[in-house]
Amino acid sequence: MGTTAIPAGTKWWSGGKSPFNVNYGKVMMWYFLMSDAFTFGAFLISYGTIRFSVNHWADPNHVFNAFPFAGHANLPLAFVSLMTFILIFSSVTMVLAVHEGHHMNRKGVEKYMILTIIGGLAFLSCQAWEWTHLLTGEHVALLSDGTLGVIPTTVKANPWGADLSHTEMLSALQKSSHEQLVAIASTLHHGAEVAHESLTSLTNAELINKITSAGLHATHSGPIAFGGYFFGITGFHGFHVFSGVVINIVMYIKTKLGHFDQRGHYEMIEKTGLYWHFVDLVWVFVFLCFYLV
Amino acid sequence: MSEQHFDYPEVTFHPDHSGGTGKIWKIFWVLSVLTIIELALGYFLYVKHGELGYNAVLSTKIVIGVLTLAKAYYIVSVFMHLGDEIRNFIMTIVVPLVLFVWFIIAFLADGNSWKNLRNTNAGSRKAPTEQVEGQPAEATH
Repeated sequence: MGTTAIPAGTKWWSGGKSPFNVNYGKVMMWYFLMSDAFTFGAFLISYGTIRFSVNHWADPNHVFNAFPFAGHANLPLAFVSLMTFILIFSSVTMVLAVHEGHHMNRKGVEKYMILTIIGGLAFLSCQAWEWTHLLTGEHVALLSDGTLGVIPTTVKANPWGADLSHTEMLSALQKSSHEQLVAIASTLHHGAEVAHESLTSLTNAELINKITSAGLHATHSGPIAFGGYFFGITGFHGFHVFSGVVINIVMYIKTKLGHFDQRGHYEMIEKTGLYWHFVDLVWVFVFLCFYLV
Repeated sequence: MSEQHFDYPEVTFHPDHSGGTGKIWKIFWVLSVLTIIELALGYFLYVKHGELGYNAVLSTKIVIGVLTLAKAYYIVSVFMHLGDEIRNFIMTIVVPLVLFVWFIIAFLADGNSWKNLRNTNAGSRKAPTEQVEGQPAEATH
């Protein structure tokens, strides 16, 4: 990193001036962010440790392959790319707000703060959709009692294990109850309305025949730690985004009221910007650990 | 537009902020291009799933990790203006983060060792030859 030219013979540690040439508030914001980096780092490393300790982990390209209004189209990486670019763009608008603050341009700060807030809200909306999609998803997986069940992705259920072989699936189907078979059969026709009564009236053998002939895709259950880590870490990050949006709104209002013009500087916008960029920085690593590798 | 004036007596001099927004947009494009390369590599891993050897997959993932570190550098250095601060201050932020090097190596090695112990019953039997993919995972974690 290129450093600013320092006047020769400056005595940084003799008192009366900041040895870091930065005022107290900004130094403490940096140290808070550093501690927060260790918190996120510890979460992600814990996730990595558990992931390294098992033989099969959920494949992100299968878990995160959906897109709003795209039905059941297989679109790996698409939605998370959108979320990533939303966050990068809101980072740019934030740094432009800081830039306008350096030039004491209140109108410019207001404009870019509004754009940053919109970016943050767009990201949170995306995350809300993604969580809903996972929590309400329906996937056929082998349960711990040897039967097949329809389960979502939650902190207690993970349907993203390895694929079941045909014989494993048949034996699991034989053990499954009538209600389980009806639930599995009704997932076979995505979107199409199948009368529930017409399925419940079938016998177990007829249901199994219907399920196998439709080419059911079933998996082992995966390690349940997946949901806890995914919802825990993206939730902690999402809460940072949420609090960042709230802080940005407060700063927008203070700009609008002219508080920073009265103070003669926009350093509060700089400190808010540090927090907002940190949120983007954390996402870069969450994106890497959960979606890319 | 007048430049701002600080009232902080402890700040000796202020970094030069008189430049335009050119650098900001340049870094925006750098971050976008790095992200697109990462996505392309991620998509490559998806398309070639099961065809690539262990080392090919691992090295692609390492490249993606290095690109992520490059993105982190640009965000911290330019967007957070850490690159404009004096060296003393940069070092108080960057040096403690070196702990992550130990942190990552130690814990991932620990996880890997845990897997090997479980697959071999703590060394009392040989590991199955095909154990990395396709093996049913235990649902106890």
